[in-house]
Amino acid sequence: MAYALVILIEIVRAVAGLVLISTGLMVIFGMMRVINIAHGEFMMLGGYTVVIAGKAGVNPWVSMLVLAPLIVGLFGVVAERLFIRFFYGRMIDTLLATWGLSLFLIGFVTVVFGNTVAGVSVSLGSVQIGGFRVSGYAFFLIAVAAVLLVATYGVLRHTRWGLIARGTMQNANMAAALGVSPSLVYMTTFGIGSALTGLAGALLSPITGVVPTMGIAFVARAFITVIIGGPAIIMGTISAASLLGTVSQLMTFATTPVVGDVALLFVAVVLLRILPQGITGKLFRRSI
Amino acid sequence: MDRSARAGTIATLLIGLLITFGLPAYADPFQVMQMTLYVVLAIFALSLAFIWGVGGILCFGQGVFFGLGGYTFAICAINFGGSTGAFLMALLIPAAVAAALGYFMFYGRLNDVYLGVVTMVFSLIIWKLINSTAGPEWHIGAARLGGFNGIPSIPPLNWPGRPADALDPLQVFQIAMGLLVIVYLAMKLIKGSRYGRVAIAVRENETRAALLGYDVPFVKLVVFTFGGLVAGMAGALYAANQAFIDPNVFSLEMSAKVLVWVMAGGLSTFVGPIIATIGLQYVALFLADHKLMNSQLVLGAILCVLVLSLPNGIIPALQDAAAWLFGRTRLALAGRAPAAARKTAL
Repeated sequence: MAYALVILIEIVRAVAGLVLISTGLMVIFGMMRVINIAHGEFMMLGGYTVVIAGKAGVNPWVSMLVLAPLIVGLFGVVAERLFIRFFYGRMIDTLLATWGLSLFLIGFVTVVFGNTVAGVSVSLGSVQIGGFRVSGYAFFLIAVAAVLLVATYGVLRHTRWGLIARGTMQNANMAAALGVSPSLVYMTTFGIGSALTGLAGALLSPITGVVPTMGIAFVARAFITVIIGGPAIIMGTISAASLLGTVSQLMTFATTPVVGDVALLFVAVVLLRILPQGITGKLFRRSI
Repeated sequence: MDRSARAGTIATLLIGLLITFGLPAYADPFQVMQMTLYVVLAIFALSLAFIWGVGGILCFGQGVFFGLGGYTFAICAINFGGSTGAFLMALLIPAAVAAALGYFMFYGRLNDVYLGVVTMVFSLIIWKLINSTAGPEWHIGAARLGGFNGIPSIPPLNWPGRPADALDPLQVFQIAMGLLVIVYLAMKLIKGSRYGRVAIAVRENETRAALLGYDVPFVKLVVFTFGGLVAGMAGALYAANQAFIDPNVFSLEMSAKVLVWVMAGGLSTFVGPIIATIGLQYVALFLADHKLMNSQLVLGAILCVLVLSLPNGIIPALQDAAAWLFGRTRLALAGRAPAAARKTAL
């Protein structure tokens, strides 16, 4: 019984992990259609923010929940203004340009901080379930993922800003005709997406450790989740993360984490063959 | 092919032959091996130039087929005790994997961007998979996969059917050059053939090609499979030349490098990627040897600058400049692929 409960918690944690790494991309790629291959490196910057702030004596919780999203969000705004905005509407060029950015960031951080693993330690103790222990941090991550989804939904669905953002993404010219500045909306949305990405990187850094190449581990899974999710970004991310997280975690339990990853990819490729538009291309079409 | 394009092709072939038989006379064995590496990478670049430039398929995981070719060659050569069968297997297996992956992608009607992401994810997964095979329990026949340590002491190429007669570095270089010339010619011929024109029609407008009665997924599948085969060939030569292969051939950096080469050389030509590969690889090795700069930093910066300023590539930009200087129109330069290959995603 306790074992089943632990497995269930691990599955929910895997799903929450996928949700965390995909929310930023959900905004940047799902909403804005900007293929940001440097997504993983934005997460890496979030991780390094925590490490550097930790060395400067900042409380890790403050740097994870406040500083990392703030700094990576600002970085996103700068990158958008100086670089990414020139590629809007040219998806393949965006792909190449952000890949260049990704390699550049990995190289740059390696030069500055060296190719070493920096640890981040935060502790929330652990919870005893039968003969097993589950770390408190797992529950924290699950809670944050849930809060992020609810908050994003609330902002997009119920605020004036969310309406403007969604409208601009649908038809920038029409939004401009109604007095909105699409350029400003794009900048802000990209910034918010980057902030969410930085937050995810910071929150996951105690688990993964911080290295210049840490982003590579996330970028594939994040893209697969958002693509499988399809056009209704929030509902899509929830359903795709639940499906893929469950599959990969069950396979991980049955065999090894590598097989879990492979199973995730396999399910994703087969799903794309069946549902090329993603899950919400067919189901839950009227949601956000 | 019109007359000027044919003259260009013949000139390229002559230069190739000249290099094959002339250059090694002035180089010691180590330099010959270095040059073989450049030639092998140029074949690899051609494989991407073909599927991207002719088929309009942006593959982010071309390194997978290169790596699969190398690993297949290594495993088979160790097991078979000779390179002939191993080399053939190194063509077949990457082609088969490309066909299988291509089936899911093209019959699933994934458009270019999703294609890029799926191929990228595929290469990441293979990279992870191979990296995790470090233990002695991971072996195929007598060949241990070695995980992140790679496979050392891969048998060299030998005369077909005579495992005892290993080729010396000069002969390997000449074979690699010969294969480069063959691949280049084959791609030129395919591009000029009826099939190549259909592939270009698909690249320019899939819907229109489909409405004209062409089987769009199948056309792309064939182009992609051929690209996988050529990349596998390059991988096999790479493994044989280095006598060593490790999972880094599957890494994103490998796939990124070849993309940069092809972009820099220009999508519309086959000579451009060859020149760009040799030039940029030389620069990268120079930087690495002298520990001047992090190679990823430089690669990333080059990619960023290229996409921003010369999205058609360096060689076509030079062609345009030459055309402008000599007062010819752009159209007179035959074989130009317009930037449309890059816009299809819209």
